[in-house]
Amino acid sequence: MRPYVRDKKTFSQSEVPENTCFEAGYLVSVNSGWRSIRPVIDNAKCVGCQQCYLYCPDGVISINDKKAAIDYDFCKGCGICAKICRLNAIRMESER
Amino acid sequence: MANTADSISREEYFYGHKACAGCGGSLAVRAALKVLGKNAVSVLPAGCMSAVGFNFPQLCFSNNSIISTFAGTASMLTGVEAGLRARGFKDFTAVGFAGDGGTADIGIQALSGAIDRNDNIIYICYDNEAYMNTGIQKSGLTPFGAKTTTTPAGKNIHGNIRPKKNMFEIAAAHDIPYAATASVGYIDDFIAKVRKASQIQGTKYIHVIAPCPTGWGVPVDETVNIAREVVDSGLWYLAEYENGEFKLNRKPKEFTSVADYLKKQGRFRHLSDEDIDIIIKSRDKKWEYIGKNFKFD
Repeated sequence: MRPYVRDKKTFSQSEVPENTCFEAGYLVSVNSGWRSIRPVIDNAKCVGCQQCYLYCPDGVISINDKKAAIDYDFCKGCGICAKICRLNAIRMESER
Repeated sequence: MANTADSISREEYFYGHKACAGCGGSLAVRAALKVLGKNAVSVLPAGCMSAVGFNFPQLCFSNNSIISTFAGTASMLTGVEAGLRARGFKDFTAVGFAGDGGTADIGIQALSGAIDRNDNIIYICYDNEAYMNTGIQKSGLTPFGAKTTTTPAGKNIHGNIRPKKNMFEIAAAHDIPYAATASVGYIDDFIAKVRKASQIQGTKYIHVIAPCPTGWGVPVDETVNIAREVVDSGLWYLAEYENGEFKLNRKPKEFTSVADYLKKQGRFRHLSDEDIDIIIKSRDKKWEYIGKNFKFD
């Protein structure tokens, strides 16, 4: 679904490309450190209506077997999914 | 509802970006690219979405994507479209994502030129109602009363003294093949409009309201709700322009409270009752105009 995360390399000045640098979707760092709260899905309540998937600004929610699943590598913990869920199947928990 | 999710690509084309949590603009870009697919070529001027999408070596766009000059989003789209066409490519969409400043102030000349030439491009303006990327300065699309760093709220002047520029009708006045307004709060409507735009030949303009929690002073989880409320309270409207006619897509039976909408946001918290009355009066005037000139069925 999403591009994979690659090893971060260090570049010297001469190695920095002058034109188009890399292939599209070249990810080297995750965003999970931004979070102070995390969404947790209650699979018993989730019916796979996909509203959280549609409204996630970061696209970290995917639907597997009619249940929502979150990619915690890139979730920033904004909580839009928990607000959008009509069944209250997503709750926000504090990150420890 | 479920059909909307099934109708767009499961692939993510705007992923791992460094936008603030709850960013409305990134939601608009993500949704639009999921409609247009991997053959979309996106052009982004200076603005939040280029600042958060291209952090070397992290490239968050999984489709071909380029940063343009601030003023030249539409002219670069023209070039991208002409270049790919000349090289024999057929299955692609040239799409631009510019903010409100990059559209209504700095990029309006290039946009006007592209519409005039009727180039086969889609221009999407994600409107967060100020220059958010550089720290919340007033743009031509900042609404009346909003507090920004260049229109501070003081004792005598309560924020921005000028109303929002009517960019949708400015684009429509060019007799553009297709123009539309949308809101990220009604994502099904936005996705349907991007799809419709992708099937029309000529220049297409979509103006989507994309709340910025940082600049608007709302909690990060309120982005979608506030984007719905701006439509429900009548301060924004969902409409289309096609074949020389305006069409209203959504008519609230009864407007929700404007004061409630304004008071939720830090940028409007200083407004007095008189200021709110001015906003309500201008809303009613706008809807009178919409009632006379827009079709609704």
